[in-house]
Amino acid sequence: MAEFKLPANSTIGEGKTYKAPAGAKRVKAFKVYRWNPDDGKNPVMDTYEIDLDKCGPMVLDAIVKIKNEIDSTLTFRRSCREGICGSCAMNIDGANTLACLKPIDDVKGDVSIHPLPHMPVVKDLVPDLSQPYAQYRSIEPWLQAETAPPPDAERLQSKEERAELDGLWECILCFCCSTSCPSYWWNGDRYLGPAVLMAAYRWIADSRDEATGKRLDALEDPFKLYRCHTIMNCTQTCPKGLNPAKAIGKVKQMMLERQG
Amino acid sequence: MKDVREALMVGRNSEGKLVRRPLSPHLQAYNMVRISSGTSIMHRITGVALSAGALFLTVWLAAAAAGDSVLSVVQAVYGSVIGLLVLAGFTWALWYHFLNGLRHLAWDAGKGFELPDMHRSGKLVIAGSFILAAVTVVAAYLVW
Repeated sequence: MAEFKLPANSTIGEGKTYKAPAGAKRVKAFKVYRWNPDDGKNPVMDTYEIDLDKCGPMVLDAIVKIKNEIDSTLTFRRSCREGICGSCAMNIDGANTLACLKPIDDVKGDVSIHPLPHMPVVKDLVPDLSQPYAQYRSIEPWLQAETAPPPDAERLQSKEERAELDGLWECILCFCCSTSCPSYWWNGDRYLGPAVLMAAYRWIADSRDEATGKRLDALEDPFKLYRCHTIMNCTQTCPKGLNPAKAIGKVKQMMLERQG
Repeated sequence: MKDVREALMVGRNSEGKLVRRPLSPHLQAYNMVRISSGTSIMHRITGVALSAGALFLTVWLAAAAAGDSVLSVVQAVYGSVIGLLVLAGFTWALWYHFLNGLRHLAWDAGKGFELPDMHRSGKLVIAGSFILAAVTVVAAYLVW
């Protein structure tokens, strides 16, 4: 159900401000969501002033600098720093993206940073992604075929068949899209969300997979698939430039086509 | 939340004690005023408004059926400055909902999902709704 307001324990207060060092010329303020499970308080926004002349170009560079030099308690996920692991997905300047791919210069004014929206917070910028992971498991994201593969060889595809998977296989499951989707906010308990639905289509579209009927059956549900109302926030926000809305549209079309 | 996600709203602190986790901000943190979610929300709002608009139309038809004395009252209300402004608003809502509905039809047919197309069609719907509403209002005024 849609609940527009945050629960009482989730409303955000004003936090501490860490001033820029004296003599800093290009100062940018980063307002960062903080919540600590140990202090029993509501979340706050802490402000960190950073000297951009002494910081890398990306938002991830700035929060790594904050953790290294200003406040080591700041907690966030990061790994590859080049947009391939999906760990540093967060809400920056009002939209979800990967902190490592978001240039600081893209943001006018202060840089606000929140965890991925409408998720349980583990600490600071770390959301609990158990729900989307379980939903990903539910679509059985692996190749399923009754037919045995050719002896001592892979299952082959034509170039055209392989091209069907372009724009789908590149998804890194950062869940920027799912957590940008109002339908997923309100109905994420039953609606699978764009990331998982695109993953489902990735296997439906695979010429080597023989479980297409079963996969479509599993999605034929008022909530799992049809809570998508083509809001397009998913495609708008995908840091990899993929198009989950289009993939979901293809699944809806296949549903219609097989009804005859 | 009153659904299965509630289970994930409970976590543990450093001492292993159970704590209630906050829900991360959604509408509070997300910029919804963009072509994607903006046109979608307006589609809903205009849809709800048009349901109310249908009621106004029904009242007018019922008044016309009831006779001159009733109809003249309704006409006076609808024809007042405020009434005309409201009717103009409904006209815009109808055009917006209709044009954005065409956009949804195209999506359902598998067309217009690319981001540049989505932005272009969204801007067309917004501009078109105002232009067509203005044309309708002016035409209605001239005929009237």
